[in-house]
Amino acid sequence: MGPFLDFNPFDNLLCILLGISFTVWFTLLLVFIIVPAIFGVSFGIRRLYMKTLLKIFEWATHRIERGAKDNNHLLYKHYSNAIIAKEPTSLEEEINEIRRRGSNRDLDSASAFEMSDIFYFCRRGVESIMDDEVTKRFSAEELESWNLLTRSNYNFQHISLRLTVLWGLGVVIRYGFLLPLRVTLAFTGVGLLVVLTSIIGFLPNGRMKNFLSEQVHLMCYRICVRALTAIITYHDSENKPKNGGICVANHTSPIDVIILASDGCYAMVGQIHGGLMGVIQKSMVKACPHIWFERSEVKDRHLVAKRLSDHVEDTTKLPILIFPEGTCINNTSVMMFKKGSFEIGSTVYPVAIKYDPRFGDAFWNSSQFGMVNYLLRMMSSWAIVCSVWYLPPMTREEGEDAVQFASRVKAAIARQGGLVDLLWDGGLKRGKVKDAFKEEQQKLYSKMLVGTQEDRSRS
Amino acid sequence: MGTTNSTLSKIPNVEELMQETGFTPAHIVRLYDRFEALDKEKTGLLRPQDFGAINRLAMNPIGDRIIGAFFSPGQETVDFHSFVRILAHFRPADKKRPKDPSMPEPVNSRTSKLKFAFQLYDQDKDGKISRAELLQVLRSMLEMQVTEEQLESIADRTIQEADLDKDDAISFEEFRKSLEKVNIDHKMSIRFLR
Repeated sequence: MGPFLDFNPFDNLLCILLGISFTVWFTLLLVFIIVPAIFGVSFGIRRLYMKTLLKIFEWATHRIERGAKDNNHLLYKHYSNAIIAKEPTSLEEEINEIRRRGSNRDLDSASAFEMSDIFYFCRRGVESIMDDEVTKRFSAEELESWNLLTRSNYNFQHISLRLTVLWGLGVVIRYGFLLPLRVTLAFTGVGLLVVLTSIIGFLPNGRMKNFLSEQVHLMCYRICVRALTAIITYHDSENKPKNGGICVANHTSPIDVIILASDGCYAMVGQIHGGLMGVIQKSMVKACPHIWFERSEVKDRHLVAKRLSDHVEDTTKLPILIFPEGTCINNTSVMMFKKGSFEIGSTVYPVAIKYDPRFGDAFWNSSQFGMVNYLLRMMSSWAIVCSVWYLPPMTREEGEDAVQFASRVKAAIARQGGLVDLLWDGGLKRGKVKDAFKEEQQKLYSKMLVGTQEDRSRS
Repeated sequence: MGTTNSTLSKIPNVEELMQETGFTPAHIVRLYDRFEALDKEKTGLLRPQDFGAINRLAMNPIGDRIIGAFFSPGQETVDFHSFVRILAHFRPADKKRPKDPSMPEPVNSRTSKLKFAFQLYDQDKDGKISRAELLQVLRSMLEMQVTEEQLESIADRTIQEADLDKDDAISFEEFRKSLEKVNIDHKMSIRFLR
């Protein structure tokens, strides 16, 4: 009987303690996170957190550089972006320059082809062997300072005890405190979304339903935003997409959707998935019309285009959110936009999303890790900091075809977000380059030669 | 990855390589990283298909020839040393080097660069660019954009102008002579950062 008596008080105490901490925990959660999410206000806690973190990172990098100098290690500056300096001259400029310098005769009677023309192609070819723009775009952007995450640590080893302790502390905080908190929030957010939208689905169509569905969507997305500790700055909100338009944005990760949807209501477009995603999709569509396609329908471009244009013509329906790049890029550049969404002929509202990589890399390399792994990484980073710019609406002009319109929109997005505007097709990550590009080069070159010939035959 | 020294120690005979090519340790490390990135199957050797995966290179009209330049005749793989040696051709020439006839020609001298370019034309390595070889290069650079007659007339004119001993082919000396005034060093050099 003795030992049992001893256990009881402790048992009670333990239960009481657990109970209290749970209640406190839950209350804090409710007050500081969920209630603000419902009303869309913010206490500013996250920004304070961000400032503190930045100071710590600066200190950490400083220590590492000092440590490296003390130990006489050559700090390999992995973060400068290139091996070689590429000169941004065009084919024409370069070849003309080579010829002008090397020609024995004066330019007018110069032969159309010169043996030295090959130098241009040769050099460009070797440059691309040494340093390739496209492949670089697909691996995570390298950082200039260490953000205490070993996953972005290419250069930093055990430099000092203090640093290692700090890093250890960081791990404990991130995995022991932040991660469970975030996972709880994520489940809450998603759960609420499914339940509430299903309930709203029972209401008759009308203004009340639309209003409620908007509020519910916004609230749940805001909870998800807090689940990722995403600190988002929205610029130019006066250009927010309106009904009957199409919103296009550059794509870095699946989180882009959450980021945009927490500030405005959109109709999503996508393929129906199985499992949890499928459940979410089905319940969302009960509350307001999203556009989900079956796997087989996705291949049929006409069907897709028709459904999109039908949706767009109905001005009571929300603006469509589309990511035309088709794949995730590592947020340093904007790749070629697929023209499908630009053929529909409605107003396009471009949006630029730029992530600040100092706090956590949001890039999803789908060939490297799967979705769950990715989400875990996201939730165990310090924070996701990003900026969203709403650009003024654009429409297709006279005589402009879909491809040109797409390029124009892409250039605007790249310029605003400070991203590099690349000609490359995002699908290159997985496939081979189209011969069309080779033909482009050949066309340019031949224009130089044959052009000259035509002039000569005329004179 | 890690400090420069630890990567360098992974490469065998690195001192010799640096001497021969004139690359600095930092350059070698970067090139090694690049080599590893291209070597997707981690075999320590590169094959033509590894080069083929570089998109910008596949888009280059003479991409295949450039890839071919890395592989010695009959060889199907290239190791890191040969990789670096070929790339060393594109280092800017060292202006201060005294012309010492007893030393072997440095890999990035004007003559070596010219030889590299010559090789791109002369695929059968007989020391001359025949009319057929010239036509092949023209075809790769122009493909569908010009007619066969135009290609032939360009080839004829080029040989006429460069061929001094009238053997209907361009030897290396004739090649060199026709490019006398071209600033080869500038056009066939790639500026390495840092």
